[in-house]
Amino acid sequence: MTPAPALLPPLPGGARRGMDLWEALRGALSALSANLLRSILTALGIFIGVVAVIATVAVGEGARRQVMAQIQSLGANLLIVWGGSATMGGVRLGAGGRSNLSWDDAQAIAREIPEVQVAAGSIRQTFQVVMGNQNWSTTVLATDPDYFVAHEWVADNGRLFSPEEAAGGRKVVIMGATVAEMLFAEEDPIGREIRIRQTPFEVIGVMARKGQNPMGQDQDDTVFVPYWTARRSVMGASRANARQVGVISVKIHEGEDMAAAEEAIRSLMRQRHRVAANEPDSVSIRNLSDIQATRDASARTLSALLASVAAVSLLVGGIGVMNIMLVSVTERTREIGLRLAIGARRRDVLAQFLLEAVVLALLGGAAGVAAGIALSHLLADVAGWPVLVRADAVLIAVAVSALTGLFFGFWPARRAAHLDPITALRHE
Amino acid sequence: MAALIETTGLTKHYPAGEGVVTALQGVSLTIAPGSFVAAMGPSGSGKSTFLNLIGCLDRATQGSYRLMGEEVEALSHDRLADLRSRRLGFVFQSFNLLPRADALANVELPLVYRGLPRRMRRERAAAALHAVGLADRMHHRPTQLSGGQQQRVAIARAIVGSPDLILADEPTGALDTRTGLSIMALFQALHRSGVGILMVTHDADVARFAERVLRFRDGRLIADEVQSPADAAAALADLAA
Repeated sequence: MTPAPALLPPLPGGARRGMDLWEALRGALSALSANLLRSILTALGIFIGVVAVIATVAVGEGARRQVMAQIQSLGANLLIVWGGSATMGGVRLGAGGRSNLSWDDAQAIAREIPEVQVAAGSIRQTFQVVMGNQNWSTTVLATDPDYFVAHEWVADNGRLFSPEEAAGGRKVVIMGATVAEMLFAEEDPIGREIRIRQTPFEVIGVMARKGQNPMGQDQDDTVFVPYWTARRSVMGASRANARQVGVISVKIHEGEDMAAAEEAIRSLMRQRHRVAANEPDSVSIRNLSDIQATRDASARTLSALLASVAAVSLLVGGIGVMNIMLVSVTERTREIGLRLAIGARRRDVLAQFLLEAVVLALLGGAAGVAAGIALSHLLADVAGWPVLVRADAVLIAVAVSALTGLFFGFWPARRAAHLDPITALRHE
Repeated sequence: MAALIETTGLTKHYPAGEGVVTALQGVSLTIAPGSFVAAMGPSGSGKSTFLNLIGCLDRATQGSYRLMGEEVEALSHDRLADLRSRRLGFVFQSFNLLPRADALANVELPLVYRGLPRRMRRERAAAALHAVGLADRMHHRPTQLSGGQQQRVAIARAIVGSPDLILADEPTGALDTRTGLSIMALFQALHRSGVGILMVTHDADVARFAERVLRFRDGRLIADEVQSPADAAAALADLAA
């Protein structure tokens, strides 16, 4: 009946080692799974915060990269000179009216300003372009070969036109990738003939694809013809506007001061357009890096906004963790008393509850990262948004959720550790 | 050899409202290693306070207490926890097992706090369960065990660290007579193999199995008698007959 009274051999004495982490982790997981629904609901607060952060950062970063790529696609060190309003008989025509820039202004900029690598005037107009029984309405851009240098744009197929072709008025055309697709589909357009306003042009090249510019226009929906050819045979030129251009693309030598070059162009144009000292500038100049700086600034504002949203949701999630840990400490008061009675030190109990809070927050955070990445890809696939999940955003999200657990778990854990074992053991 | 327990003028006051309640007043006694002692008295007599002080769960207001020659009053929280872990084993009226853990994991728990490697813990816990006659219930959870079996798991937990003293607070209070007798038989068996036992009870039927009875009243030790203990195993056999 009575079992053999075999007492166990004494344990080795000496300083005791700490609890092993694996055991502690198993304990934390077991405690959390004992109240599974409650644990999940608590982790949900952190989860939602992290999902929001991961997905919005991915979308924001994707958009930023896209804008950067678009700005890059326009060409580096590029200044765009826009004509101001021409004045006709005392009537100022306003921006976008007839341009006061001329082909010769472009030549002058290239010739007289040392910082300038190339300057290319161009003028654009929309026409119906016809190939056999296909037709397509597109922008015809009349310019010279320097335009492609300024915009760092090369032909993907065939070639660009030579300075001789540009000057000699040859009827050759280079097509943007979109136009080539629309008119020729799978066929090779090189050597074929298209018509612009009844005038036949020989296709000599197809440009590499550039995509949208920052204003959302498809840069590949354009055909390029030599300036003088266009002036003679397509864009009907009167005597008054025979040398007119819409904009001048100016590429500044690498390493030169963009602002100084901009100022030099401005004063050269004032001089050429005979602007009186008290009159405003005759041209406006856009520096694409300005656009980039503006975009960056708005991206930073957006990031700050997202960060504060994330902080608020993590704060709310953290308070949830603290709340549930306090409940858990109260519910398990007797367990804590028992653990203290059988030899747990205060720090063991502290570590136990702290670990539970951290594991809870970390599980929420990790699930949030997974769901955030999934959501980002879903947005990319379904909505077609460019997204980019950055590794550092993921790491920060995980680290912050762990820290949230640590911070908000500390007080409940300390409360547990400082319970009086006798009172705790009697707790009902 | 040092006494297992040596107290001099052990006194405990609790603040209560405006005044002070004296839970224990000037208890001086010595208990030799390997004794089986019962502390008796009605509720409020101070026997539980005495147990808590001996168990290093509480500190005396006055007086001194030595456990195996070691002065307890001056020790830090951590050292007290250490003492509990190495020297003592607790058995409670309501068992206090962790409901989520099986019998083996419950018995293992004190060794976790001593930082023993997992394999060693498991082996010792299994041996302790074997010693209390529950070798075939190792992977049962408390809810799957009877009250007597739960108390045996708790006793296994108390002896797994090979303590010098088992502190039992009304260990049969939640059990029927028959199961209570079997627990007493187990205590006597453990006592025979050399471990000291200090058991608090209000029940004279339980106290008769100890070899020494301390009687408390109003916080004072009023009687300290050595007796020849009844045989629990025999009492159990009589009950069955």
